[in-house]
Amino acid sequence: MKLNWHGIRAIYKFEMARTWRTLMQSIASPVLSTSLYFIVFGAAIGSRMGDIEGVSYGAFIIPGLIMLSLLSESISNASFGIFFPKFSGTIYEVLSAPISAFEIVAGYVGAAATKSILLGLLILLTARFFVDYQILHPFWMLGFLVLTALTFSMFGFIIGIWADDFQKLQVIPLMVVTPLTFLGGAFYSINMLPEFWQKVTLFNPVVYLISGFRWSFYGIADVNVAVSLAMIFLFLLLCMTGIWWIFRTGYRIKT
Amino acid sequence: MNSIISVSDLTKTYSGGFTALKNVNLDIHEGEIFALLGPNGAGKTTLISIICGIVNPSSGSVRADGHDVVRDYRMAREKIGLVPQELCTDSFESVLATVKFSRGLFGKAPDPGYIERLLRQLSLWEKRNSRIMALSGGMKRRLMIAKALSHEPKILFLDEPTAGVDVELRQDMWSMVRELRESGVTVILTTHYIEEAEEMADRVGVINHGRLVLVEDKNTLIKRMGNKELLLHLAEPLERLPESLADLSLELDESGQQMVYRFDIQSGETGIANLLRKLDRAEIEFRDLQTRESSLEDIFVGLVRGEQKENDRAHGAGE
Ligand SMILES: Nc1ncnc2c1ncn2[C@@H]1O[C@H](COP(=O)(O)OP(=O)(O)O)[C@@H](O)[C@H]1O
Ligand SMILES: [Mg+2]
Repeated sequence: MKLNWHGIRAIYKFEMARTWRTLMQSIASPVLSTSLYFIVFGAAIGSRMGDIEGVSYGAFIIPGLIMLSLLSESISNASFGIFFPKFSGTIYEVLSAPISAFEIVAGYVGAAATKSILLGLLILLTARFFVDYQILHPFWMLGFLVLTALTFSMFGFIIGIWADDFQKLQVIPLMVVTPLTFLGGAFYSINMLPEFWQKVTLFNPVVYLISGFRWSFYGIADVNVAVSLAMIFLFLLLCMTGIWWIFRTGYRIKT
Repeated sequence: MNSIISVSDLTKTYSGGFTALKNVNLDIHEGEIFALLGPNGAGKTTLISIICGIVNPSSGSVRADGHDVVRDYRMAREKIGLVPQELCTDSFESVLATVKFSRGLFGKAPDPGYIERLLRQLSLWEKRNSRIMALSGGMKRRLMIAKALSHEPKILFLDEPTAGVDVELRQDMWSMVRELRESGVTVILTTHYIEEAEEMADRVGVINHGRLVLVEDKNTLIKRMGNKELLLHLAEPLERLPESLADLSLELDESGQQMVYRFDIQSGETGIANLLRKLDRAEIEFRDLQTRESSLEDIFVGLVRGEQKENDRAHGAGE
């Protein structure tokens, strides 16, 4: 079975070109808003907070903040990437091309993930200006970054296919993902919660992502790293199944 | 004749329950220009969309250059280029980038020389660095064609290429299609203009209400369909046609105000001169006259009636 590499590359390049065209919106604005978090929570408020498990508050929130951007950017990039051609009608070309579902996803999701990985690293770099941090396990850090970006880009792709108007495109990121991320331990350790809420919080999938990611920085975690990793793979599998089902049934892309 | 597209027993029922194609069978010959003629809503776009892989068929099958368009979609689609009915492009991309994108999407390695020739041929080379949104409507349409031809397909579909296009552009389009045919590309175009089918096609398929009513050599079809009507508005109403006019294909309408004369545009002798002479002799005066070509709608009505009669006859014989 030969792959249509030129096709994957075409989609990937097209999507990346869109990123450079909208540089302000796609890169500069998330970096700026995250910097504001560092200033407010890291430098201003953080200086009045005690360390959490031996890590200064400013450093503690870095992994969570990166995850916050990573999730929302992955979803919005990938969902917009596939929603827009559907909306404008240009999807006819992709549908009539000799390109498989796998190759289409590889192009769109690959580009969205690349973009949010770059963004994550850029935020990490920016954080250096405001707080001091260390990365104990850089290899794992990258691993978590890549896996999360891929998984949530796939999730975004599914949302982009499901959405038939702009409102639906934004409702899940806004109403579901953002609250889950804020409540997922970006700004606190879940050990700081009352016992009951510690249990409830374990139903929040984002907790596992942030906890695992933070572990790769400081070696501290709310839940076991292996569990975090397993959860990411579980989401990845779920999203892959969703996409497989979409293409098998033609759901919302072919009549 | 080698058939490059072969549609068998194709039926499409949309999810709403509407059946847009009913048991369509069609063979397109390699190297021809085929016009699919039919009024709005006939199912032309649906048929093309199924062949190109944009819409799933409900039943039946299509082969393009010998490859099943569902099972061997890669092989089939490589051979096909599509210019859809609607102009839809990415406004922010440049002309060159979008054409390169199309070529890559169809699995072809970059070929700057070919792309340059293509863009020059379509008079878009000067505009290669412009953003698509800065192009005029005519240029956008040519760009859609450039995208469809970017991967050097053997078969090109043009869905209503001249709808809403001015006369000059239409002429350009027609000559371009002829050039393509000369280079060996099979062209299938849809239209609801009978003149366009006449002007362009080698063969014509007529589709109405999801049924392919007939497929015929253009010249044969024009003979069958090429009726024109001459309308005469009479100065004084008539009760009935005078005897002296009875041998002509002439009808008087109910009010007696208007006469309709039917003639064949293809035949050298239309009989109009004769008619006017006879009218003069019968001392019938008219205020105004106009000619009208039988519209596509009339032709369908004619065809469908013809079919019904044949069915009735077949039934009668069976009983
Ligand atoms: N996605 C769809 N869902 C339901 N009905 C459709 C859809 N697309 C087209 N139709 C219907 O199918 C019929 C044929 O449409 P179409 O193939 O676009 O005709 P044409 O191209 O000949 O104008 C029309 O009645 C149209 O309303
Ligand atoms: Mg149409």
